[in-house]
Amino acid sequence: MFKNLMSWIEYRLPFTDKMNLHVMQYPAPKNFNFWYFFGSLAMLVLVNQIVTGIWLTMNYEPSAEGAFASIEYIMRDVEYGWLLRYMHSTGASAFFVVVYLHMLRGMMYGSYQKPRELLWIFGMLIFLVLMAEAFMGYMLPWGQMSFWGAQVIISIFGVIPFIGDDLTLWIRGDYVISGATLNRFFALHVIALPLVLVILVFLHIMALHEVGSNNPDGIEIKRDNDGTVEQTDADKKFTFHQYFTRGGKKIIVDAIPFHPYYTVKDLVGVAGFLLVFAFVIFFVPEGGGFFLEPPNFEIANPMKTPDHIAPVWYFTPFYAILRAIPDPLLGAIAMFAAIIALALLPWIDRGKVRSVRYRCELHRWNLVMFCISFVVLGVLGVLPATPTYALLSQIFSFTYFAFFGLLWLYSKNEKTKPLPVRLT
Amino acid sequence: MMKKLLSAVALLASSLAMAAGPSIPLDKAPIDLHDKASLQNGAKLFQNYCLGCHQMQYQRYSRTFRDLGIPEDIGMENLMFTGEKVGDHITNSMPADYAANSFGVLPPDLTNVARVRGADWLYTYLRTFYVDDSRPFGVNNKVFPLVGMPHVLQELQGVPYQAYETRLVDGESKEVYVGIRTDGSGELSPEEYDRAVADLVNYMVYTGEPSKLESHSLGIKVLIFLLIFFVLAYLLKKEYWKDVH
Repeated sequence: MFKNLMSWIEYRLPFTDKMNLHVMQYPAPKNFNFWYFFGSLAMLVLVNQIVTGIWLTMNYEPSAEGAFASIEYIMRDVEYGWLLRYMHSTGASAFFVVVYLHMLRGMMYGSYQKPRELLWIFGMLIFLVLMAEAFMGYMLPWGQMSFWGAQVIISIFGVIPFIGDDLTLWIRGDYVISGATLNRFFALHVIALPLVLVILVFLHIMALHEVGSNNPDGIEIKRDNDGTVEQTDADKKFTFHQYFTRGGKKIIVDAIPFHPYYTVKDLVGVAGFLLVFAFVIFFVPEGGGFFLEPPNFEIANPMKTPDHIAPVWYFTPFYAILRAIPDPLLGAIAMFAAIIALALLPWIDRGKVRSVRYRCELHRWNLVMFCISFVVLGVLGVLPATPTYALLSQIFSFTYFAFFGLLWLYSKNEKTKPLPVRLT
Repeated sequence: MMKKLLSAVALLASSLAMAAGPSIPLDKAPIDLHDKASLQNGAKLFQNYCLGCHQMQYQRYSRTFRDLGIPEDIGMENLMFTGEKVGDHITNSMPADYAANSFGVLPPDLTNVARVRGADWLYTYLRTFYVDDSRPFGVNNKVFPLVGMPHVLQELQGVPYQAYETRLVDGESKEVYVGIRTDGSGELSPEEYDRAVADLVNYMVYTGEPSKLESHSLGIKVLIFLLIFFVLAYLLKKEYWKDVH
C-alpha cells in the first residue's frame, strides 16, 4: 500500500532523485572546517525567526496605542510568551552574528570568485533584505529606541536630492512616524520580507548546488576527466549523483556525500550554537543592552528625545561610516557604497587563486585590516559622535574602503603560492 | 602597527563602558529575587508610597501575589485599596492631565523602570533626595537633578540634607560633599531606610521581568539537555567520519 503510494508520487514528482541530487548524493568537499558551520546555522536561525514570529503575531497588536502593551502582555500573561519573545529578539542578533561570519568565510576562501558570483550576489541580497527585516522588526515593540531609531534611519532617505522629502513621507505613510508607519512596517516584517527572504535563500542554495561548494583550499573537487587527476580508492567509495559528473566528462575527487557526513557534522555545530543561544535567552536576554536597548523598555514618546540614540549593534559599522562624513548626502552615499563594494567583490578581486592560504602576504594583512576596521566602526557607531570618535570613524572608514582599492590593485598580478593538486 | 590598533580598540571599549551616567557614582543595589520577604516588603512600600502617582499598568495584582507567595485574600486585604479585582492591572485613578499639571511631567509608569534605569540607579536615586528650597517640592536629587518628584519616603527617612566636610584639597581647604544625612525625624534608622529602599528596588526589578524567576531554573535544565545533546552529536559525528579519515 505504502509502496504503491510512493511509486504513484514518484511517477509524478521524482522525490528520490531530487533528494539524491541535493542531499544524499550531493558531493561536498571533505575538508570543511569550523567556518562552514555558519551557513546551516543561518538556516536554523531563519526557521527560529519564522516559527517564533508566527506565535508572537498571535498576541501582538500592530497599533501605536496597543503595541507596547501587547509586548508586555506577551512577556507576562502569555504562557511562555517571554521565551518566544526572547528567542525572537536574540535570534535577530544571532542571525547577524552567523551571517557576518558566513560572509567573512566567503571572503577568506574566495568563495565569491568565478563561477560563484551569482551565489555571492544572492547572498548579498539576502543580507540587504535581512537588514530591512531587522530594522522594521525593531520598530514593532514601539519603545523609545524603536521610535527614535526609526526616525534616524528613515531620515537618511531624506538626504536624497529632489525626492528625499517625498520619499520619507512615502515610507512613513505620515508626516511623522506614527501608527500608520507601524502598521505598514508590521505588514512588511511579517509577510513581504520573510517571503522574499525565503525565496532568496532557496535561490542561494540552488545556485550553490549548481556550482558546488568552495572549500578552505579554494580548489575544485570536480575535475576534467582527462587523466590529469586520478580518483583514489577513497574517492571511488562513494556514489554521487550522475548530474555532477556531467555524463562522465568530470570526475569527483576528495568529496563526501552531504548526507550523512555533513548532516551529522552540522548537528554538532547546531548543538554548540544552541548552547550559546540558550544561555543568552535564559540568562542575559538584553545582551548587555546591545540586543535589547534599555530605553526600549519605555513606551515611544515623540515629545522626548533619548539622550543618546544608537542603532542596534548590527547596523553600527555602517552607521559609523554614515556619520564619519560631515555632509549628510555624501555620508549616505558612503554608507550604501560600503555595502555595494562587498557585492562587487567578485569583480574587484581580479585574482585567480581563491583561498587566503595560497594568496600573497599582503592579502592576508589586508583582510585582517578589513576585519579590524569593521569591528572598530561597529564600536564607534554605538558611541556618541565626539570630535575624537568622528576622526577615528573617518580613519577606519578609509581603511574599510582601502581594502577594496588595494585588492583591486594587487590582485591583477599577484604573487601567489603554488596550489595543491588535491585537498589538504 | 597591530599593537597600536589593538590598544586603540581597547581604549574605545573602556570609554564605552564609562559613557553617560549621573554625576555621582551609583551605589550597588543588593538585589535578590529569591528573597520573598524583601519582595513582599517592596510591594507593600510600592502600594503605599508610589501608586498614588505612578502606575504599574502592565503588571497584574494576581501575578504579583502568585510570584511573591502572597495568598490572594491577604493580598487583597493589605495591598489593594480601592476595590479592584485581583486580575486587574496595578493602576491608579489619577487623571493624566492633572498629574502632568501637578508635576510638570506625567509620572512615568514603573513596571519596567528597573530595566530602563537599572537597579543601581534607582537604589541611589531614592537615597539621595535632599532639602533644596529653590525647588517646588522643597527637595532636589543628586542622581536626577531638578527632578519633578517630591520626596515621598521622607516620613521614613526623615528630612535629608547634603553633608559637607572641610577637607584639604590641593593645599586649600574646601567644602566637599560627603553624602546625605537626615535630621533623625524619620521612622527608620539610616540602615533600615537603606534596607527598605533595597526592598522596593528589588520589587521593581522583579516587575520589570517577572519571567526571570522562571527563566533561570528552566535555563539550567535546557543547558544540561543541550550539553548532553552536544556530546551525543559529537560521538555520532565521530562514528560516521571514521570512513573519511
